[in-house]
Amino acid sequence: MVRCDLVFANDVSGPLAFRAMERMEVESVFDPSKVVMVADHFTPAKDAKSAELQRRMKEWSEAQGVTFYDQGRGGIEHTLLCEEGWIVPGLVVAGGDSHTCTLGALGAFATGLGSTDIGACLALGEFWQPVPGTIKVDFTGEKRPFVTGKDLILAVIGEIGVGGATNCVLEFGGAGATALSIDERLAVSNMAVEAGAETGLFPADETTAAYLDGRVEPGWAPERSDEDAVFAQTVEIDLSALEPLIALPHLPGNVVPIAEAIGTKIEQVYVGNCSNGTMTDLRQTAEILRGRSVNDRCRMIVVPATQSIYRQALAEGLLDVFVEAGAMVSTPTCGACFGGHMGVLAAGERAVSTTNRNFKGRMGSPEAEVHLANAYVAAAAAVAGEIVHPGEVGA
Amino acid sequence: MIVEGLAVVIPGDDVDTDVMYPGAYLNIEDPAEMKEHLFDGYDPSLRDLLGPEAIVVTGRNFGLGSSREHVVQALKAWEVQALVGESYARIFRRNCVNLGLPVFEAPDAARAARAGSRIRIDTDAGEIDVDSRTFPAPAVPAIVAEVRAAGGLIPWTKERAR
Repeated sequence: MVRCDLVFANDVSGPLAFRAMERMEVESVFDPSKVVMVADHFTPAKDAKSAELQRRMKEWSEAQGVTFYDQGRGGIEHTLLCEEGWIVPGLVVAGGDSHTCTLGALGAFATGLGSTDIGACLALGEFWQPVPGTIKVDFTGEKRPFVTGKDLILAVIGEIGVGGATNCVLEFGGAGATALSIDERLAVSNMAVEAGAETGLFPADETTAAYLDGRVEPGWAPERSDEDAVFAQTVEIDLSALEPLIALPHLPGNVVPIAEAIGTKIEQVYVGNCSNGTMTDLRQTAEILRGRSVNDRCRMIVVPATQSIYRQALAEGLLDVFVEAGAMVSTPTCGACFGGHMGVLAAGERAVSTTNRNFKGRMGSPEAEVHLANAYVAAAAAVAGEIVHPGEVGA
Repeated sequence: MIVEGLAVVIPGDDVDTDVMYPGAYLNIEDPAEMKEHLFDGYDPSLRDLLGPEAIVVTGRNFGLGSSREHVVQALKAWEVQALVGESYARIFRRNCVNLGLPVFEAPDAARAARAGSRIRIDTDAGEIDVDSRTFPAPAVPAIVAEVRAAGGLIPWTKERAR
């Protein structure tokens, strides 16, 4: 069994986990200071049933004495937990959401679990975990214009496939990894699960230290693979040869260079979610949208990942750029990313989305098509009403 | 443990949890309601084949994607006996183990099974019979065998918490 340094869940996984814990006949969580609840999936409540889940989560959190981030005070769990200083390198984190691997960006072994697992973590602070293998991913060379963290991870998934990292963790390294900002590392680690990985780790370095400075208590220590570590596989991605990529419907592993998707007509563009709803993504989006308009055949939704990102974007005038261009700006929520609410797709509609999954029906109708791409590509598609190279629209 | 039943084959590889249980229904908490949405985004008619006789046979990387336990809750609500597949995505497999739904990564057995095949799984012998042909049931980590023997993570944790 592996000890948890932090356990968290959301308004979908949490209430089921509370019930599991009850059925385990454990009344109190193992350590209230190590448990966090975040309302982010069906927020603001889409219906009475969702509101009920959120109410129950709030009451449970109060009764257990754990931290609860309510609507309007938090945001999307993974981005939020980093921002709020819950994550330091070397931590073991159990999250009731598959994209918990996002937190590997800060060097934590953070892994997604189902609600019964989370119930046991809440009860006893531990989960069962066979030792995973490690796939080493080396990013070499320098990124070209309009290429972001999103493209790096899409390149990896395209290379090893959607089940390629099953029973393994991904460990990112190389000069191209070191050069990434934390926002971009979050985007990379976020989609590790799309290759089947248990988490996606960036060993902590100076960039990590700078990000954590002032957010967390000092005293953490970086973890990395030993010099003589044996890897299950090594993957090398040459960034100097990488163009913006698109994951075509209906699998995150259907990855092609953008050139192969040019001209695809688009009805909706979505910028947001736990992979690409950061300040970096919003700034990239604004670079493209500033002084331009969303194409008439298209609608655009921008979802800052957290309340603090929302406020920062407001302060920088980015929200005004979006709204002036004819985009909608939403409160932080998982929203339409998982087909919950706040912008789901109709049959026959095609979307470009900065989210992490394009499974059939993921964002609404099973007859809709979702193309995954970075924020530059998404914003450029909104302007053109079709997939174009962002360099064509200009920055 | 002996598990017996008739194969219900879910066609295809990389069948994700979104098609098996669309996100819009994630606010449902009652397994009796969840079962009515199982396979909604894939092929709702598969539901008609499920029942207490069913052993669900799957392809490669079955259950990739979301950690939503609703899929496994719904399979259990249909009283499915077990799953036999070529391979499973990690969280999905964990959810099966944790909820006491026996899951077997047995590629040869899975490939041999046809709709309606008679399947008999003997975990002690490590064998899976498919229409009387015998295939190996690969060994599982000790902790998985332990949780399985306890009937899932709820009884297992309940015992441990005492």
